[in-house]
Amino acid sequence: MIGALPGLGPTNGVAILIPLAFTLGLPATPALILLTSVYYGAMYGGRISSILLNIPGDEPALMTTLDGYPMTKKGQAGEALALSGIASFVGAFFATWGLVFLAPQLVKIALLFGPAEYFALFTLAFATLGGIASKNQAKAAIAAAIGIGIAMIGVDHQTGVPRLTFGEIHLYEGISFLVAIVGLFAISEVLLFLEHAKGKAPEAAGTKLGRITVPWPMLKKTSGTMARSTVVGFLAGVLPGAGASLGSFIAYTIEKRVSDKDGTFGKGDPRGVAAPEAGNNAAAGGALVPMLALGVPGSGTTAVLLAMLMALNITPGPLLFTQHPDVVWGLIAALFIGNIMLLLLNVPMVGLFVRVLQVPSKYLMPAVAMISFVGIYGISGSTFDLLLMIIFGVVGYILRKLDVPMVPIILGILLGNEMEKSLRRALTISDGDVSILWGSPLAITIWALAILGFIAPMLIGRFLKPRPKKDASVSS
Amino acid sequence: MSDRILGGACLLLAVFYIFFATKIQVGFMSDPMGPKAFPVLIGVILAIAGIYPLVRPDPEPEWPGFGRLMEIVFAVAVMVGYTYALPEIGFTVSTAVAAGLLSWRLGASPVKAAIAGILIAVTIFVLFRMVLKLSLALGPWGF
Repeated sequence: MIGALPGLGPTNGVAILIPLAFTLGLPATPALILLTSVYYGAMYGGRISSILLNIPGDEPALMTTLDGYPMTKKGQAGEALALSGIASFVGAFFATWGLVFLAPQLVKIALLFGPAEYFALFTLAFATLGGIASKNQAKAAIAAAIGIGIAMIGVDHQTGVPRLTFGEIHLYEGISFLVAIVGLFAISEVLLFLEHAKGKAPEAAGTKLGRITVPWPMLKKTSGTMARSTVVGFLAGVLPGAGASLGSFIAYTIEKRVSDKDGTFGKGDPRGVAAPEAGNNAAAGGALVPMLALGVPGSGTTAVLLAMLMALNITPGPLLFTQHPDVVWGLIAALFIGNIMLLLLNVPMVGLFVRVLQVPSKYLMPAVAMISFVGIYGISGSTFDLLLMIIFGVVGYILRKLDVPMVPIILGILLGNEMEKSLRRALTISDGDVSILWGSPLAITIWALAILGFIAPMLIGRFLKPRPKKDASVSS
Repeated sequence: MSDRILGGACLLLAVFYIFFATKIQVGFMSDPMGPKAFPVLIGVILAIAGIYPLVRPDPEPEWPGFGRLMEIVFAVAVMVGYTYALPEIGFTVSTAVAAGLLSWRLGASPVKAAIAGILIAVTIFVLFRMVLKLSLALGPWGF
């Protein structure tokens, strides 16, 4: 339920439950199991409102909106939900096996990445965003620049100098991506609904469900997608700092490049639902690898988990596996059990979730707005954050009308600081010599992919796709 | 036209951003790049990207008419009012009023909207305050 409710993603879910875990006086293993179960559960739940309402329940579920919501519009909401449940299970289940078997090897690969390679990797992420998020690369670049620009607000981590805060004390810690995501998605969605209310409203798109099972041909068609996306998502999760958002994003992008022969992606292609769901759940498992083995969190949620472990006097790192094997293996066993329970709960309960979200929009939208306020207020208790969220909502409404994609803004806010940190670290190592950025074959490869990723959609778009004009503004 | 305005706004924003980024104070203990360079770089990228819609705008989106626009302004005003009311008169009452008003403007009849507002407020209170123990703003009456 935490994942399904817009604005309450895994990070908040885990953050909210940390005090609970302490009040209950749980020992390390059960406390960690409680929190990771919420983490996995919320990763499953995020897709529900993505598919039914076009509002991602959490940030890794952003990509699921691209094909999930169009499937709902086509009356295939039930199929999309069931398929995404299965894809989530496949991703999470095999990622947990990956955690068991590949952890030491993958840690070695992650160690090959220096700051220069990370900077190239972030650039790759932003460069390829344009191809999937919008038909217009310039608008995707605008969105990414706005996102990264927002991330710069706050105290600089390296020098402690406040940047672009205009002396406003609330801005010293920067703008929380949660405030931005809830504003840009939930609040702007309410405003879009208002614009159409009583008119030719896209009233409660979730009314036509279709069947709540996955037809065999669809499962067969998406099995390759799930396999590829699980591997890709898992690898993305293992890279420290990347996490589930990048996992679902890269899984979707690669799947689009591999399978989208007829241009059906973005119009309700089941593979476009299976890919990000398998990818983000695999990444959630992958993100635990560096967190447990190196003490480097792979995502926002694993950072919260890391803080929790430290609070329990357990220092994650290579020694964790020898000093606290009960914690590590207890956790892994819990992940397997949790996954199977989530699958068992999810597929039969799809009908229930749908009924909950099938409430007419004139009642649902106010509830979405209010839950957004509660989610943000519950975390920060700050009126300032609520006002900021409303501003993001209004800006999001205008940008959505103008077909400027939201995803790069969020990713910019999320990854901007890490991107800058990598660049500055690289330049510190080289004492200001920029050639370090393309100083290794690995970095050169990533740069080449980034340039290709940015240019390719423009060329392909120009030769193959005439721009569908109306669709873009509605579906973005 | 809308895209031209977007492009122009991006250019203006970029100029302001770069201006304020250059005002960032750099301590004497700093890395070779310092805290200024990256924000300036982002401003430059924003400016370059902003030129494109200025020169080659997309077709005009469908903007709402005056009446609809007023609905949106009203909804934003309700949300801002709610933000200030929340710590003062407490979660339940302010949420019931705000949710009811939004529901009404989204097309529910006044009576149904009022019922929806109260139901939304009570449900969220029970779920988040009583089940999840989330701290919601308590007003002078304790709810």
